Amino acid sequence: MTAQGWLQIAVYLAVLTALTPLLGGYMARVYRGERVLLTPVFGPVERLTYRLLRVNPYAQQDWKSYARTALVFSVLFWVVLYVILRTQGIHPFNPEDFDSGTWDVSFNTVSSFISNTNWQYYGGETTMSYFSQMAGLAVQNFVSAAVGMAVLAAVIRGFASRGAAELGNFWQDLTRTLLYILLPLSFVGALILVSQGVVQTLAGSVAYQTVQGFDQTLALGPAASQIAIKQLGTNGGGFFNVNSAFPFENATALSNFVELLFILLIPAALTATFGRMVGNRRQGWALYAAMAAVLVVGIAVAYGAEQNGSPAQKNAEVATASADGTTGGNLEGKEQRFGIASSALWATATTAASNGSVNSAHDSYTGAGGAGPLVNMMTGEVIFGGVGSGLYGMLLFVLLAVFIAGLMVGRTPEYLGKKIEAREVKLTLIGTLYTALAVLVTTALAIATKWGAPSIFNGGPQGFSETLYAYTSQGNNNGSAFAGYTGYVQPNAPGNAGAFGITFADLLGGVTMLFARFVPMLAALAVAGSLATKRVAPLGAGTFRTDTPTFVFLLIFVIVIVAALTFFPALLLGPIVQALTDQLF
Amino acid sequence: MRRDLLNSILAIVVFTVMLGLAYPLLTTGVAQVLWPNKADGSQVERDGEVVGSRLIGQDFQRPVLDENGRPREDEEGNPVLEADPGYFQSRPSVTGYSANVTFFNNLGPNNRGLSNMFRENLATYLERERRFSPGLQASDVPPDAVQTTASGVDPHISEANARIQARRVADERGIPLERVLELVDDNTDGRALGVLGEPGVNVLELNMAVDRESRRQG
Repeated sequence: MTAQGWLQIAVYLAVLTALTPLLGGYMARVYRGERVLLTPVFGPVERLTYRLLRVNPYAQQDWKSYARTALVFSVLFWVVLYVILRTQGIHPFNPEDFDSGTWDVSFNTVSSFISNTNWQYYGGETTMSYFSQMAGLAVQNFVSAAVGMAVLAAVIRGFASRGAAELGNFWQDLTRTLLYILLPLSFVGALILVSQGVVQTLAGSVAYQTVQGFDQTLALGPAASQIAIKQLGTNGGGFFNVNSAFPFENATALSNFVELLFILLIPAALTATFGRMVGNRRQGWALYAAMAAVLVVGIAVAYGAEQNGSPAQKNAEVATASADGTTGGNLEGKEQRFGIASSALWATATTAASNGSVNSAHDSYTGAGGAGPLVNMMTGEVIFGGVGSGLYGMLLFVLLAVFIAGLMVGRTPEYLGKKIEAREVKLTLIGTLYTALAVLVTTALAIATKWGAPSIFNGGPQGFSETLYAYTSQGNNNGSAFAGYTGYVQPNAPGNAGAFGITFADLLGGVTMLFARFVPMLAALAVAGSLATKRVAPLGAGTFRTDTPTFVFLLIFVIVIVAALTFFPALLLGPIVQALTDQLF
Repeated sequence: MRRDLLNSILAIVVFTVMLGLAYPLLTTGVAQVLWPNKADGSQVERDGEVVGSRLIGQDFQRPVLDENGRPREDEEGNPVLEADPGYFQSRPSVTGYSANVTFFNNLGPNNRGLSNMFRENLATYLERERRFSPGLQASDVPPDAVQTTASGVDPHISEANARIQARRVADERGIPLERVLELVDDNTDGRALGVLGEPGVNVLELNMAVDRESRRQG
């Protein structure tokens, strides 16, 4: 590790922390329905949208009504996106004449985008027309993110409520999230990316002869507009197959910094939004502190392991030391312009947030370096996590921590002055334990049956790690991959003639992603609905404070314990074996 | 429920038009006005013809000739290629520097095949450079020269890698080493804002600069 590398990481964390209260405060005003900076621009568009949707944005919904609207909307959009991908062949903006998707891969892809996962079994530039990318996938990048944030706004209102059962209006939250937060940030971000060299064009690919007379073809497309939102909305699905490693998706160290910042920007800022909406900013900072502490540990582990180099490298006597003019370390599957520090930082941030975009090949990370991202996902994507979903997941862990603290001191647990009783604890356990169980069951199914075998690429423990990573990622709506693991076989034929999906992997993954999205979402809404009508007890001498370092420590402890108890045996079989040995397989 | 269905259908249409068409098309329009070259892939021309993109690396190889001076072919009739010693060499790539079909190498950290590939790449590199850098050791070779790029089209190599190769290029081209090292510096993209990322030498631009220098001297 170098001082230069740590400096980059420090700059990143400083900028992120500085932006948290600024954007967080702005978002709190958006969700309170107040006038904001962009109201003069988007106010008329907002009112027009309500008219076109035929909704009354002021009609208040209780938690059941809110959940029903969110579900109906998501299910319908699932159907529409599936139809778009299956009929790709007849749509415009398809200069490469790609075929429509196969049914199983399309099932997986659609579930992946609706659930804000963006797991990619398909290859971006080799299967998707510009129309599918823009009107299909990029729309979901916005909408699935906005649904998560809208639900979070409703959940926060439940926590903050002084007795009213209403949690807000889904359509108002959705529209305001899109117009005032996601759209303007994406637009500005996309232009910054283009200024660095990320492509944005409707022209088809460009073929030419290189300096030495070889054929080379540039895949182009409207990439920057999609990349900005895939980073911002914790989506992660790339325009190109190798995602943000590809120079046309991530051109320079500066574009890399902006994309990195966009990964954690909204999930981090939402902690401040929470603090403001419940009327105690320290509560927001406490959550931010718990998340940031776990993040920093993850960065240190990944950076240290990658700088140290891999067994394959050491066996071949490839240098690993950093020296003048070289970073050293494990550069397999990493880009020179990012080096070790920015790659390890990205790998940690993208798995802490449920983003899943990559700027390096996670499959080629060292045992310990690859375990970092894996463990991040195993915490249930609450260390920043997905936009909206990360924080409502974290709030469930907060209730769990409060409950455990209550058991230890023998008092009825309270959070923000509200009593946490049997109903809330039951719902919390469903929300926090469901994803962990789903990951274990699906991984076991894929490993123990012959159906999982065709997807595995590497032999030995790495083959197990790939499978574990695949279902951990899909089971937590992350979307990053040890990309050797596959659900789609694509011969190099024009228009993808003869391509087929690996049905087992596509279906199991698709179902896993959908449940991972909607089970915790419903649990969080139900908890909020139940808390909303409770009386707020005044702060007393016996109140267990939840805005102190003690509570932050307890919260981290609970998250780590739950993840460790659930996943330690699985981690032993894959990444830990690999980290402990220099043996080759 | 019925109300939700109606609102949802309308919302899908409205948001698809707004986010799926208006937003990317507006972004494309603005980008094409502000940075047309960058939005179209930073294409690089030589004598008026496109020969590459400054962001996309390429191979600098030449056909191997047989004893009769004709290009040698393998069993499948493809020409056999070798690194062209007059050019700086890009990083190893598993996609053959394909810029339209991209994939990762994806071999794990304990993979024997991966280790063997490193060993071969290292031996090839040492064999190529040792004639010009006597005493070059495995430990002097930076990992970017041996390990594959993530994108398959990494446009950069490390400065240490370029400095080793500079001796060979200078010798082959008959350009003074100091001049070649100057060109290396000229074509190094530094850290963004002085702190972010790592410096990298842009291989395509450097090789084109070397070509121009050769022509000037020759």
